[in-house]
Amino acid sequence: MSEPVTTITSPIRLDYEITAGAGASRFLRELVAGRIVGQRCPVCGKVYVPPRGSCPVDGVATDEEVELAHTGTVTTFCVVNLEFSPLAPEVPYVCAQVLLDGADIALFALVAEVPAAEVRMGMRVEVVFAPPEERTYSITSIKWFRPTDEPDADYDSYKEYL
Amino acid sequence: MSDAAQAGALVDHHVLEFPGGFTRSVGPVIGRFLTAVRDDAQLLGVRLPDGRVVAPPLEYDPATGAAGGDDFVPVGPGGEVTTWTWIAEPRPEHLLDRSFAFALIRLDGADTAMLHAVDAGDPAAMRTGMRVTVRFADDRVGSVTDFWFTPDP
Repeated sequence: MSEPVTTITSPIRLDYEITAGAGASRFLRELVAGRIVGQRCPVCGKVYVPPRGSCPVDGVATDEEVELAHTGTVTTFCVVNLEFSPLAPEVPYVCAQVLLDGADIALFALVAEVPAAEVRMGMRVEVVFAPPEERTYSITSIKWFRPTDEPDADYDSYKEYL
Repeated sequence: MSDAAQAGALVDHHVLEFPGGFTRSVGPVIGRFLTAVRDDAQLLGVRLPDGRVVAPPLEYDPATGAAGGDDFVPVGPGGEVTTWTWIAEPRPEHLLDRSFAFALIRLDGADTAMLHAVDAGDPAAMRTGMRVTVRFADDRVGSVTDFWFTPDP
């Protein structure tokens, strides 16, 4: 008689086709061209990146396209130490919410070219695009963000975006 | 090409997967149930303090919150379909690689119904109230996929 059953393994897999909406399609096409675009709400004036097509606060279409700067501020971040996916970078690596200059919502991105222990809230960063020939209609056309030489941003400048 | 892709929208195929599957512990009650499946080709229920037999067994009585106890009793091998739905296009993860029914099956000796697959071959063979019997795989690992049901002739 062998040992009693103590565990089960369940397959968890979702196989799906995703269609980018108008806003997301614009964002992805512009990424391939080396530009980061968002949309401004005509009511509250906030700039959303990536563009969502409508403002989640005012419920109106956001047709005005805005090109964002390639620099921004790390608002919050985490250091990933667990190898949970073969698709993820080598651990430890840093994920961050980067508030691009001109945007009113932070963008989820990798932060690299800096030791994980040196990443901090308020750190100023700039985008690193994938080489033009490697860019596809995917967020991975942005490789990651790396630190710039600028002094850290004031907490007041990003405290509303945490 | 999908209609969306033909209209110029960007379309991509994604796979979201938990690499290797999700492994979790089953506890003493489900563990007892799965061990009986693996070792004895037997389905078990548990008789709750109020006398009702719940299959599969539960650690707690959902009606009262009382501990389920360890009065395990054999249930089946036959049972009655209380409701069903037809799966015309099985997915790769499904137990069967051909069209089948998911059904709630109240096994003989149980007071509750169990969700499982009925290898009926054709939706015309399915009927609420029909009798089914459990079939066990020859090689069992102690999983809910070690067994399924077929209609009684």
